[in-house]
Amino acid sequence: MKNLTRRRFLTFSGVTAAGALAIGATRVDWADLLSAAATDPLDPNAGVLVVVTLYGGNDGLNTVVPATDRAYQDARPDLAYRPEEVLDLGEGLGLNPGMKGLKGLWDSRGLAIVRGVGYPTPDHSHFRSMAIWQTASPKTSVPTGWLGRWLDATGADPLRALSVEPVLPPLLAGEQTAAASFPVGGLTLPTGKLGEAFAALGAPVPGEERWQARAARSIADLHDAVKVLGGATHDDPTEDDPDEERDKGASAGGASNLAGQLDLVATLVEAGVPTRAYSVSLGGFDTHADERATQQRLLGELDGALTTFVARLKKSDRGRQVVVLVYSEFGRRVKANASDGTDHGTAGPVFVLGDRVRPGFHGAQPSLTDLDDGDLKHTTDFRDLYATLLAGVLGTDPGRILPDHTGRVDGLLPT
Amino acid sequence: MLPAMAELGERAVVRRLHERFGFGPRPGELAVGFEATVDRLLGASAGVGGAEPPVLREVAKVAKADRQGRRAAARQRAEDERALTWWWVDRMASVDVPAVERLAWFWHGHFATSEQKVRSPRLMLAQNETFRKLGAGPFAPLAKAMITDPAMLVWLDGNDNRVGSPNENLAREFLELFALGIGHYTEQDVRESARALTGWTVRRDTGDARLATSRRDTGDKQILGRHGDFTAESFVDLVLSRPESARFVVGRLWARLVSATPPDDATTARLVAAHGTDTRSVLRAIAHEPAFHDSATTLVKQPVEWLVGLLRALDVKTSTMDGKTVARLGAGLRGMGQLPFRPPSVGGWAAGGAWLTTAAGLARLDVARLVAGHADLHAVDGIESVGALLGVDTWSDRTAAALRTVAADPAQLVAIAACAPEYVVST
Repeated sequence: MKNLTRRRFLTFSGVTAAGALAIGATRVDWADLLSAAATDPLDPNAGVLVVVTLYGGNDGLNTVVPATDRAYQDARPDLAYRPEEVLDLGEGLGLNPGMKGLKGLWDSRGLAIVRGVGYPTPDHSHFRSMAIWQTASPKTSVPTGWLGRWLDATGADPLRALSVEPVLPPLLAGEQTAAASFPVGGLTLPTGKLGEAFAALGAPVPGEERWQARAARSIADLHDAVKVLGGATHDDPTEDDPDEERDKGASAGGASNLAGQLDLVATLVEAGVPTRAYSVSLGGFDTHADERATQQRLLGELDGALTTFVARLKKSDRGRQVVVLVYSEFGRRVKANASDGTDHGTAGPVFVLGDRVRPGFHGAQPSLTDLDDGDLKHTTDFRDLYATLLAGVLGTDPGRILPDHTGRVDGLLPT
Repeated sequence: MLPAMAELGERAVVRRLHERFGFGPRPGELAVGFEATVDRLLGASAGVGGAEPPVLREVAKVAKADRQGRRAAARQRAEDERALTWWWVDRMASVDVPAVERLAWFWHGHFATSEQKVRSPRLMLAQNETFRKLGAGPFAPLAKAMITDPAMLVWLDGNDNRVGSPNENLAREFLELFALGIGHYTEQDVRESARALTGWTVRRDTGDARLATSRRDTGDKQILGRHGDFTAESFVDLVLSRPESARFVVGRLWARLVSATPPDDATTARLVAAHGTDTRSVLRAIAHEPAFHDSATTLVKQPVEWLVGLLRALDVKTSTMDGKTVARLGAGLRGMGQLPFRPPSVGGWAAGGAWLTTAAGLARLDVARLVAGHADLHAVDGIESVGALLGVDTWSDRTAAALRTVAADPAQLVAIAACAPEYVVST
C-alpha cells in the first residue's frame, strides 16, 4: 500500500489521529522502564516537562478572572464572578474560587501565568484547534506532534517521552518515533491457584500471532508492575459517575483521574526513569451550558492534583527539575450564551509551574473591549511558549522543532 | 508488507464470521458450514429472540433551587442509564442471529454519541433503536436519521445552530467523521454546511426533533462546489453523492469488522459497489473477500464484544444477577475502557493494542470471574471442554499449562480461559 494512502487511512480511523497513532506506539512495560532507570538513569539536573492538556476548551476568563473589569461583568452578568469571590492575584485579576491550592503556590512564588495565549486565525473546532496546539502547526495539517518532532530530533528513543493515558495523544507522535505509553490503573492481583494461572498466561509463546503476543505481554507487564509499584497507583474511579455537573462539557474527550496520572508521573521521575517529557490530561471543559458549577468542579480537581504533585516533587532533586505546562485548545467567548454557558472562543491563560520558572504574570491581558468578532485577541503565540520550554527545560534548539518561528516568552525560564 | 497469506480452514472462517458479524459462536454453531452461516447471519431472521427495551421516563426538569428534586432526577437518570446499558448488553447476548445488533454496535461507535453529555437515556435509546432499524440497510436513510437525531443534536450542539449564529459542531463532524473523511472538504464547506443544518431543535418533553422555520437559514449556500438552499436532507444527499463518501464508510466498516490493514483498491471497489445496495450487502461482500479468509486478518476484540461473546457462550444474562454484581460488572467494563452509551469522544473508541493495557487485563479477569460464577458449568470437565464451550479449537502450551493449574475449579477454569490471548483476540 502506498504510504500516502495508508497515512490517510490512519487519519480516517478515528479522531483519531490519536487512535491511529497508537498503532505505531511503543507500549513499554514496567521492566523496560526500570531497567532504563538502572542503566541510564535520568540526570538529576535534567529538566523534565509535564504537559497537562485540558480537553474541551477551558474558559480562561473564569479561570484567571478580570473580576473588577466592567466589560467582563457586563458581558456575562449571570456567569461572572464578583471581585470578592475570586482569589486576588493583583493587576485586577483573581483566580477561580475553586483554585485555592494554586493561589497558595502563587503567593509562595511557585506559579507563572502566561496571559492571552493563542494563535493567528483561530479555529473553533475542538479537534482542529487541539490538533493545532498539539502539532504546533496553525496553518497546515502535519502528521507529527511538537514533542514527537522533539523525539525525532533528539535520538528517536521512545522512552524519552511517555504518555500515561490509555491512548497516545498526537503531541507525542513523531515521524520516526512515537512516545511510549504506560497506563495508570489499580493493581491488586488475585492470589492462590487463580493468581498462579493468571500469571502463567503472560508467558511468551514463540511465533504467536502479534496481537495474542501483545495480550500475553500485557499480562506479564501487569505482574512486573505490581512487583515494583505495589499499591502505589490509584484505582480508576469505579462507580458510575454520580456527579452530573462535572460532565456537562464532555463531548471533546480527555481523561479523568488527573491525580492518579500525576502520581504515576511523580513515581517515575523519582525512580530515575530517563523520560524527559510526560503527557497527562483532564477532560470535560466544553461548558456550553450551566458553566459555573461544572468548571469550578473541574478546576478544583485540577487544583488539587497539581498542588499535591508539586508538593511531592519539591522533596527530591529530580522532582525540582520538573516544569508543568497546563493548557487547553481554546478559551471561550467573552459573552455568555443564553444557557448560562459559553461557546468556543480563542485565547486563554496558560499555567507554568515549577522551581525553575520565574513566577508571576507573563504576557499582556487581552482587551475585553477590542475584540475580534466577539473573541479575545491573543497576545502571546503558544509557539513562543513551546520554544521557551524546548530551550529552557528540554535543552533543545527550538528551531529544529518549530521551523520559521523565532518568538519566545522572555524571562519565563533561564536559558 | 502483509505477511504471506495462509488460508483458514472452514471451521476457523465460520468462527470468524460469528466473531466479526456477531459476537462469537454459541456452542455447536461451529459445526455449520461457511455459506450456510453467511446466509443465516445475514438473513432476514436477524433480531429474533431479543428482549424488548426498558420503559424510560424523560428526566424531569427541576428548578435549580430544588436540591432534593435535582438529586432525585439525577438518581432516576443514573438508574435509567443502567437499565438501558444492561438491556442492550443482554439483547446483544441473547438474540438468535446477532448481526443486526452487531451493526447497531458498529454504528454506535461510528456516530459516537455519549450519555455523558446527552443526559437522557430515553434519547439514547431512541438513537439506538434507529441503529437497529436502519443499520443493515442503505447508508443514506441512516445518515439522514442521524443528522436530525435528538441525542445527536444535543451531543453536537445542533440545538444551538440557528440562522445568524450558526454552530459548526455537527456539520464539521458529519463531514469529518460520519460521511466523507478529512481532506475532502474545505473550512468554507463546513461553515456553509452548518447553515444548511440550522433550525433543528429538540423538545425534551416529547423527545422529538423538529424544524423551527424561524430559526432556519433559507439563504443560498455553496457546499462542495454546488449552490442551493440546502436543507438537512439535501445536504446529506449532496455529501453522499461524492465518490469519497462510499469509500470512507466501507473503510470504517473494514477497520472494525476485518482488519486495521486497509483494503486494497480492488477490494474497495467491490465493497463500494455493495454499499450502493445496503450495509448487509457490504458484509456479504466482505465475507467473500480473500482477506477475510487470511489467517493474518486478526483483530483485538473490543471489551464489550468480548463480554457479550462470553455471555453468549456461557448462556448468561445480566438480568439474572443482583444489583451489586451488575455494578461490579460495570466497573469491570469501565476498567477495560469501554461502556456502551459512553464513547470517549465523537471520534469513537480506540482499536487494536489500545485495549491491551496492563490495567485492562486485571479488569478483564474480574469480569470473567463474575460471568463464570453465574453460568451453569456442570458440563465443564477439563481443558478441552472449556475450549469447546468458548469456541477455541487449540490452546497454546502456555495457556494449557495455565488452565491445568485451575482444572479442578470449573468457574476459575472458564475465567482463565476467557482471559487467554487465544480468546481475547479474534483470529
